[in-house]
Amino acid sequence: MGKRDLTEERRRELRQLAIEARRLIVESVHHAGAGHLGGPLSAADILVSLYFEIMNIDPQKPGDSDRDRFILSKGHSSIGLYSVLAMRGYFPIEELKTFDAIDSRLQGHPDMAVLPGLDMSTGSLGQGLSPGIGMALAAQLKGQSYHTWVLMGDGDSQEGQVWEAAFVAARYGLGNLTAVLDWNGLQQYGWATESGYGTLERMPPQENPVGRWQAFGWRTLEIDGHDFDQIVEACTEAKESDGTPTIIIARTVKGKGISYMENDYNWHAQPPTDEDLRLAQEELAGQEKAL
Amino acid sequence: MKVQITDRLVAQRDAFGETLLELVAEDERVYVLDGDLANSTKADMVALERPDRFLQMGIAEQNMVGVAAGMASCGLVPWLSSFACFLVNRDLDQLRVVVAQPNLSVKLAGAYSGLLTGKTGKTHQEVADLAVMRSMPNMVVIAPADGVETRLAMRAANAYDGPVYMRLTRDPHPVIFPEDYDFEIGKGVAVREGTDVALISTGEQTVRCMEAATTLAAEGVSALVLHVPTLKPLDEAAIVAAAEKTGRVVTAEDHTIIGGLGGAVAEVLGERCPTRIKRVGIADCFGESAANDDLLEKYGLTSDHVAAAARSLL
Repeated sequence: MGKRDLTEERRRELRQLAIEARRLIVESVHHAGAGHLGGPLSAADILVSLYFEIMNIDPQKPGDSDRDRFILSKGHSSIGLYSVLAMRGYFPIEELKTFDAIDSRLQGHPDMAVLPGLDMSTGSLGQGLSPGIGMALAAQLKGQSYHTWVLMGDGDSQEGQVWEAAFVAARYGLGNLTAVLDWNGLQQYGWATESGYGTLERMPPQENPVGRWQAFGWRTLEIDGHDFDQIVEACTEAKESDGTPTIIIARTVKGKGISYMENDYNWHAQPPTDEDLRLAQEELAGQEKAL
Repeated sequence: MKVQITDRLVAQRDAFGETLLELVAEDERVYVLDGDLANSTKADMVALERPDRFLQMGIAEQNMVGVAAGMASCGLVPWLSSFACFLVNRDLDQLRVVVAQPNLSVKLAGAYSGLLTGKTGKTHQEVADLAVMRSMPNMVVIAPADGVETRLAMRAANAYDGPVYMRLTRDPHPVIFPEDYDFEIGKGVAVREGTDVALISTGEQTVRCMEAATTLAAEGVSALVLHVPTLKPLDEAAIVAAAEKTGRVVTAEDHTIIGGLGGAVAEVLGERCPTRIKRVGIADCFGESAANDDLLEKYGLTSDHVAAAARSLL
């Protein structure tokens, strides 16, 4: 059940796509001189897996009633989603250069009113799971078989609304709803440890998410959120749920892929300098070569 | 169309429950989401008759609004049942981000608005909802005067493709509109013609303005009564015409005088037709739990208060 082995070739393709996504993320934020980096980079492998391997979607028909739905609850990771949408063919990659600029469809936080392909507007944290419940309920009420995916953050799920939603989703037995927790262990500024706020050390935004979600009646699947085999297998298994919502708790690294950004909350939302960009591009080129 | 105070008393919440049941029967897109208040708001009529169209969301308004947005994005038309005080305040950010900004067709029924909430007091009295919802882009805001208008406004709201906030009330109140009233979103209704002063009102205060107009007529004062059921979009032309005709304006609402109908009328007339105005409403304070008549008297919302405001402008 749920087993889905990636071929060697497909695994390499997904890795290649994720490197490309990370390059677009860093270049776009550099170009805009604004935007978030740590979160989009931690979510990149999950986003690539969903849009290139898991979800039933057609970029030519972004409004198709039977499409799988996706909500980016951690809306500040918008540039990660935009990069993957562009690579998947929803709009030209060139358009990423308009990110955060006047009249752009690529707003700082996802705005479904202006960009086809976005299934919900997000940005104010903790709000993504509830519309996901609405979409999953709508599928059941209308007799449709699409699946609804919600990508959440660990900081994002400090908001109380998440736990209102967790309760209601379990009560309605929404097996057609899957949340993915991008558990990167950092938030914008965070909670100090005993060493105080003068260091990089922080307490994690969430402890024991597995226990929390299970207590709310959810099925939990724990994975390494940067391992494509594990992501794809968990997503495949999640779709086969029979009346219990599933959360995939994906252990990730904030800033993943750019070594000097990894696990440093300062890169939550800091535009890279020209030199930062050059180093990042160099590092990503190295990863590509090593594939 | 003859608008007059009749002996027939109808609670807006009863009209709400009955109309909701009709909409559910007529329109397969309609679902009711309840914040555990259906037996107060009368959405329980749907729960009992059509449980397949009734979704209990529990005491969790933020999630309820998000669920409604998700359903609306899939082509359904969710109607939310809760008290105005919770629906406007508790989930205001959700209304902003996932309903108003994406302009989704979610219908918000704010029950028990205003001061008359059945002795529940200031926590449950919502007297700023018009101000809050009116300032939100894309939101249509309607405050019906009676049971007939509630029914017609709900039908118009259901047919409208976008978010609508409806301000509803709890207790029986005189019916003033005939059944053949042609309600239109954004249109004011000239209830009574007059030349000396314009009484501009919304919600159930229109009845009290009609009573005040009768009192004033006995004193030889000709009062025009303009009912404004839609706070947004506002019928600016009707408001300007009433001001031009009379040169004096009194506004009346069971709502704070800040930002509601009084505020809206002052904004319009300030720019388009500067006119002396008196705002009859709640004077920037919270309410308390008490009997309806005592609340109306203490907080200055009776027809006598409207008439006195009109006299002060003569």
